[in-house]
Amino acid sequence: MAHRWGMAIDLDRCTGCEACVAACHAENNIATVNADQAAKGRTMHWIHVERYWEGEFPNIRARFQPVLCQQCDAAPCEPVCPTYASYHNPEGLNAQVYNRCIGTRYCANACPYSVRYFNWFNPAWDKPLQLQLNPDVSVREVGVMEKCTFCNQRILAAEIKAKAENRELQDGEVKPACVQSCPPTAMVFGDLNDANSQVSRMAGSVRATILLEEVGTLPKVIYLERESSHGNE
Amino acid sequence: MAMNDAAQANVIDFAPEKIRKDLLLPVFHTSRRYYALVIALVALGLPGMAVYLYQITEGMGVAGITRPVFWGFYITNFVFWIGISHAGTLISAILRLVNATWRRPVTRCAEAITVFALAIGAQYPIIHLGRAWLFFWLIPYPSERGIWPNFRSPLVWDFFAISTYLTGSLTFLLLPIIPDWAMVRDRATGLRQRIYTVLALGWRGTPREWHRLEVAMRIMAVIILPVAVSVHTIVSWDFAMAPVPMWHSTVFGPYFVAGAIFSGIAALIIVMALVRKALHLEEYLKPVHFDNLGKLLLVMSLLWIYFIFAERLTVWYGNQPAEMAAFWSIQRGRFAVLFWTMISCNFLIPFPILAIKKLRTIAGTVIASSTIVVGMWLERFLIVVPPLEHKYLPYDWGSYSPTWVEITITFGTFMGMILLYVLFAKFVPIISIWELKGPQHSQPIAEAAANATVNPAIRLDNTLPSTNG
Repeated sequence: MAHRWGMAIDLDRCTGCEACVAACHAENNIATVNADQAAKGRTMHWIHVERYWEGEFPNIRARFQPVLCQQCDAAPCEPVCPTYASYHNPEGLNAQVYNRCIGTRYCANACPYSVRYFNWFNPAWDKPLQLQLNPDVSVREVGVMEKCTFCNQRILAAEIKAKAENRELQDGEVKPACVQSCPPTAMVFGDLNDANSQVSRMAGSVRATILLEEVGTLPKVIYLERESSHGNE
Repeated sequence: MAMNDAAQANVIDFAPEKIRKDLLLPVFHTSRRYYALVIALVALGLPGMAVYLYQITEGMGVAGITRPVFWGFYITNFVFWIGISHAGTLISAILRLVNATWRRPVTRCAEAITVFALAIGAQYPIIHLGRAWLFFWLIPYPSERGIWPNFRSPLVWDFFAISTYLTGSLTFLLLPIIPDWAMVRDRATGLRQRIYTVLALGWRGTPREWHRLEVAMRIMAVIILPVAVSVHTIVSWDFAMAPVPMWHSTVFGPYFVAGAIFSGIAALIIVMALVRKALHLEEYLKPVHFDNLGKLLLVMSLLWIYFIFAERLTVWYGNQPAEMAAFWSIQRGRFAVLFWTMISCNFLIPFPILAIKKLRTIAGTVIASSTIVVGMWLERFLIVVPPLEHKYLPYDWGSYSPTWVEITITFGTFMGMILLYVLFAKFVPIISIWELKGPQHSQPIAEAAANATVNPAIRLDNTLPSTNG
């Protein structure tokens, strides 16, 4: 059976440290943006951590939620792309083919989560970050949309390795950069088609929710709500 | 004023020689002021082009659009111009089909707006592209990339709708120009004659040619109507198909079409008034034309206010949180000034002017039309931007304001539109000469045709012989 990659994020474990954000930048050759551009809202963090305050002062608690591409099964970004740059790959990922993108930015408008990032200028890195580009990931040029790929390069590498060794992929063998770098192991990545995988078990939790369920996008990122947020503080 | 005599007002009953003289004057005579105007328009429009090149070399980032407001001025202008383009062909086709005789001096004026507004409007999706040099990837052609464009994308529908509409309107505009160009050819000498000989496509004015022209125009008038309606519907679907709060609405198709016709008629009235003044066509474009179009504009104004009321009321009553954020930002937030300006420009000011007969003069309709053009631009802006500023999640709100880049390019294309029209009015009689003379052509043309068949090689001055000559 084909893989169906998904991610579960336990919000009880997330401390908001943003190690995932840094790791994602390093892994995926994401350009850094200067302060002026950032102030305009042009930061490019394929994953970013949202902070919410819960409760009334003084009984107040921070809730951190990492938001990345939700890899929707019914992704609004896909049908609107005129050039098939944004398409559904056989493993259910919302792939973005940079070379096909002509920059209509329609996908980014259609995305209810706004997790698509546009290259307003040619990419640049704060020194010395330009020396650590990942050779497995292409660098995107000006005018092209980009987004989280679930570290597709790692998925492919693991699949090739398993095939070469003539065996099945093991659960937990593929780790996107954000998952690998998460100190409290709040993030888990795996195959949702494998009922015994850790991600499948977490997806079955009573705490499991998805973001903007009412929009009907069928995301493959599952959030485990904070335990005590159900009761009164 | 004598011209207000309604019974006689729409009858233009001059000697054909006078009509020819009046209407061909701009073709044969170029004033110094005309050259000055053209140079001024080019000078004002060029910075827009230069800035566009700057945007291509630097990147889209020089414009004000950002995350999450990925569409801004360019898409506003796109929708605005495509809306303006609904003036001509649609109105002209309807008036032709119902055989409204008063249409005759108006149709070409209107059809030209369509073609040029489309030509300008169609630039905008390309100006707005991140990689504008690859715009042709929307065209389905066998390529080394081995894939078709995505036919599920409203942008691809847009491409087909607009190119169909442009082709259709161009045909609709050019067909009835042929006899008039032949008339210029027959009167011209030297280089001008050679150019118009090519443009006139060998028109001789035989009954057969007249018959074919009339059949072709009737067919085109029927075909162009659904095309025009579909074009702005599809433009509206660029928005309505995306799950963005306030965009995802079933009313958008008819709402956009009504708004397009509304702004189109307004543009037509302004252009007619300018052409009337500049080319001294007071005897041809009469108060009755402005009065009739003013009534049409009044109907569209009411239709528009109905649509905006229907759209706003259902959103407000539905009270969905995501939509309400965008709704209130328009109603009483950041965009409230623009919203109420729009309501004033599109309804509160023009409605009394157009409803009261005494005010529905040329000056009155032009004032009403000017506010409507401004109001309709604001309407497009308020459709595009505020919903994108207020998407579902709180982290996802942003704000948009244009930079000098977008403003310069916008200004440049407005100048470009005027320039195209000014050039058109020079090379083409802006009022269709043969149509103005209506049924007069059939009889003498038959005689002329008899001459032509004797020796078709001789180019006779017979395109439209004078009946009283």
